[in-house]
Amino acid sequence: MQELLQQKPEIAERFGDLHPPFAAQAAVVESNRCLNCFDAPCTSACPTHIDVPKFIKKIASGNLHSAALGILDANVLGASCARVCPVEVLCEGACVMHGFNEQPIEIGRLQRFAMDHFHAQGGRLPRKSDEKRPEKIACIGAGPASLAAAAELRQQGFQVTIFDKRSLPGGLNTYGIAEYKLPLTDSLREIELIKDLGVQFRLGVEICGENSLAELEAEFDVIFIGAGLGAMHRLAIPGESHSGVIDALQFIEDYKTGKTTQIAGDVIVVGAGNTAIDAANAAKRLGARSVSILYRRTREHISAFDFEYRQALQEGVRFLWLTQLMAIHSSAIGITSVECLCTEIDSDGSLKPIDDSTFHLECNLVIPAIGQSPLLELLTQCRDVQLEQGRVVVDRATGQTSNPKYFAGGDCVNGGREVVDAVADGKRAGIAIARLLEVAYV
Amino acid sequence: MSKYSVKPNLSVNFAGIESPNPFWLASAPPTNTGEQIMRAFDAGWGGAVWKTMGAQVTNTSSRYSSINWNGRRMMGFSNIELISDRPLEVNLRELAEVKKRYPKQALIASLMIESTREAWHNVVQQAEDAGADGLELNFGCPHGMSERGMGSAVGQVPEYAEMITAWVKEKARTPVIVKLTPNITDIREVARAAKRGGADALAAINTINSITSIDLDTLMPQPNVDGRSSHGGYSGPAVKPIALNMVQQVMSDPEAMLPISGIGGIATWRDAAEFILLGSGSVQVCTAVMQQGYRIVEDMIDGLENWMCEKGFQSIEDFRGLSLPKVTEWKDLNLNYKVVAHIDEAKCIGCGLCYTACWDGAHQCIHVDRVSGQIDGPIELHAKPVEVEAASRSSITVTPIPKLDGEKARQGYTTPLARVPRVDETECVGCNLCSLVCPVDACITMVEVKTHLPAETWEERSAACLTGESC
Ligand SMILES: Cc1cc2nc3c(=O)[nH]c(=O)nc-3n(C[C@H](O)[C@H](O)[C@H](O)COP(=O)(O)OP(=O)(O)OC[C@H]3O[C@@H](n4cnc5c(N)ncnc54)[C@H](O)[C@@H]3O)c2cc1C
Ligand SMILES: Cc1cc2nc3c(=O)[nH]c(=O)nc-3n(C[C@H](O)[C@H](O)[C@H](O)COP(=O)(O)O)c2cc1C
Ligand code: SF4
Ligand code: SF4
Ligand code: SF4
Repeated sequence: MQELLQQKPEIAERFGDLHPPFAAQAAVVESNRCLNCFDAPCTSACPTHIDVPKFIKKIASGNLHSAALGILDANVLGASCARVCPVEVLCEGACVMHGFNEQPIEIGRLQRFAMDHFHAQGGRLPRKSDEKRPEKIACIGAGPASLAAAAELRQQGFQVTIFDKRSLPGGLNTYGIAEYKLPLTDSLREIELIKDLGVQFRLGVEICGENSLAELEAEFDVIFIGAGLGAMHRLAIPGESHSGVIDALQFIEDYKTGKTTQIAGDVIVVGAGNTAIDAANAAKRLGARSVSILYRRTREHISAFDFEYRQALQEGVRFLWLTQLMAIHSSAIGITSVECLCTEIDSDGSLKPIDDSTFHLECNLVIPAIGQSPLLELLTQCRDVQLEQGRVVVDRATGQTSNPKYFAGGDCVNGGREVVDAVADGKRAGIAIARLLEVAYV
Repeated sequence: MSKYSVKPNLSVNFAGIESPNPFWLASAPPTNTGEQIMRAFDAGWGGAVWKTMGAQVTNTSSRYSSINWNGRRMMGFSNIELISDRPLEVNLRELAEVKKRYPKQALIASLMIESTREAWHNVVQQAEDAGADGLELNFGCPHGMSERGMGSAVGQVPEYAEMITAWVKEKARTPVIVKLTPNITDIREVARAAKRGGADALAAINTINSITSIDLDTLMPQPNVDGRSSHGGYSGPAVKPIALNMVQQVMSDPEAMLPISGIGGIATWRDAAEFILLGSGSVQVCTAVMQQGYRIVEDMIDGLENWMCEKGFQSIEDFRGLSLPKVTEWKDLNLNYKVVAHIDEAKCIGCGLCYTACWDGAHQCIHVDRVSGQIDGPIELHAKPVEVEAASRSSITVTPIPKLDGEKARQGYTTPLARVPRVDETECVGCNLCSLVCPVDACITMVEVKTHLPAETWEERSAACLTGESC
């Protein structure tokens, strides 16, 4: 872990911040622009309901420590959310300044300003209760959902243990989110706060099979499932098994953990979601000669956020619309080209290949990014936990599953949204679990 | 659209002092030397009051501090500077030189000297010999000089002010302006005294006693002079309302009224126009120039010209004092006039500031129940702010994802009607608070409600009470 904390300088340089931090005076000017709305729409739009005007006004008055505590009180991963949230569709998208024909308040960057200060001062998470509660809770997965649930429960005095099959905690925050948004070191730094509360981590432990679940049930009073999504979908085309085909998650994980430090040649990314865009941008920043995104449909159909798409254009990523990947060709040296087919969209919206439209593109690396599958291996083994379309069914307000001993949140419940959704889920579950155990206690 | 094709005439004759426009530099650092004043005249200033001359002094270091507000600097400015720290002879020699080179601009000597008839006669003679177009008596400096029996030590005592003005008038051949200190209970007292002493004109205001701030790290009040501080003179945009009030008070008092040069927080042509509308014959500027330099006069001149064109004023005299009759005493206001707030739904951005202001700072008559629940009725029927907030805090929100939520996720944000507050006119007292806090121009307007009662002032009403009618 130590060597990871020293990222290679040339990588750090290439992965400069997407949204650079505020200078102190700029932060004050920006925070004074905030109107301090009543029942602020930005707060309602944030899944964790951070009291945005409250913390922004504290930045304006120089009360930075309290600003950060206010953020953390609602969202224990306030530092990473400040950087990774799609603020354009969340808080900033709801800011009343839009109606004023003005730029929305830069809430994300202000949140980062407060959190950076907090970390620089060595701030620690406050405990909400002095009580030491004997009940034990297990969290499967060390991603944002579990971290939020664990922090909430631990702050209220419960005994919490987080299990993750990986060697570092943080889930996609650590392994999946683009470096120019959230460096891996910053993800880990934030988790230190939760460790410091006394949450136990058992890393490199995969919860797998009925036995290990039964053991968990025996040892713990409540189990929270925050396992995220499973492996990425495969392309299912000829040539896919070549070692020059790396799925987007693996690719991102490799450069974030320092295994990949540069890319040469031409890169083809398949798919046009946010993950595809992250992988394409990263390939570009790692030195690829060209990066092209292949997508079967058109610009109007992509699932990436608008601002992510525009960011990719800015990074120099090329988009090939109405193009389907058919096969991957390789020689002894590696991948040489990909074979593509043009498609068109029928009046009824269905996709149709165009005959005899095959063409070849030179390529050295193929990165499929066509979505993650649900984590069925684990989820189907959780006793009496009801699933629907591969997602855990929960009561939305509490996160409780059909088995009252199991709670769940994050990607495994919502099918893959954002970090802040996972945090909100985890927190709601944490509060509900605490309440449940309290009732049992009396 | 301008009514006149010719440019309006900005020149003024202030108590006999001619100047191409009403914009003068106040006696202060921007008028410290001849070289500075000549550059100012080149930039367009119509006149300058020389940095107060008198016996040479030593200044402290540092000597300024300021109030910053919402990221803007120097909303209020404070100084503990004294009068000129240059020898009188040097100042007068330079003054003569400036007058020779710039005969058209008004050049006024600001004076302060120990309180003897002979000393004043002397200094008046010297300033006029050097060519000053007028004299300004500094009875206002609140620090350093007052300890020596000068400045505000004179300006705060009507008898002294009258006496010294009279001494000066015995000798002076040019107009004598008395500059008033605001550090007094009723500014009219000294203004009347100055008039009795024979002053030709007044200037108001000088700086206001102040302590601007205390450094919360060092606990040191500002400015810091080797670990100690002292009260300073406040100026800049923050003092304008006080200065306007004092100008109005003097100009509405027959015993005090004289030509007045308005000073205090003037930074733009708008500020200047306001001072002139309350009767000022010229205006003086200090802090704004210290902050931004002589160049600000350019906008002051053509801004005022454009406004005068629009309004059809050809000269400064055309509008000088026009607002004075509109200021009366409270007892003369019509008690039967009523306005209520009206929110323009199309302009409202849903910030809820009016709602908070009305509930916490006014009369609880703005509600956020536009789309559901009881519409009119006493406040008890409406949700209170805490309840409104609690409801939205317990709502569940998720990130809209195009893949999962379809087109819905792409919709832009517009103010939902439910966020547009509504004024209950039967409860609105027409205090104006909401329209002041609303960040959107002309979104909340105050609309007149006919009471069908004849106009009645408090004075009339209390007189009626005395005669036994109900009140
Ligand atoms: C490439 C990519 C980029 C993204 N970029 C952004 C972004 O910019 N902004 C944003 O807000 N969101 C982004 N997201 C989404 C965000 O990362 C997720 O929504 C969020 O991390 C979900 O949190 P989670 O706790 O539910 O799951 P995860 O973060 O996936 O964590 C689950 C954890 O569970 C562990 N686990 C799984 N199964 C087991 C098991 N059987 N035993 C033990 N451990 C197990 C995993 O190792 C993992 O650490 C991105 C996602 C991807 C894939
Ligand atoms: C640094 C400083 C020095 C000043 N010195 C004098 C002075 O010597 N004589 C004087 O009559 N007024 C002096 N003043 C007062 C100004 O002339 C003016 O009355 C006051 O600053 C208010 O105007 P303003 O708001 O435009 O600055 C001084 C003001 C400042 C800020
Ligand atoms: S957590 Fe994310 S959505 Fe919520 S306020 Fe902060 S940046 Fe905005
Ligand atoms: S909506 Fe915008 S202006 Fe209003 S409180 Fe939120 S950030 Fe501030
Ligand atoms: S203050 Fe103005 S913009 Fe804000 S809610 Fe009230 S009327 Fe609307």
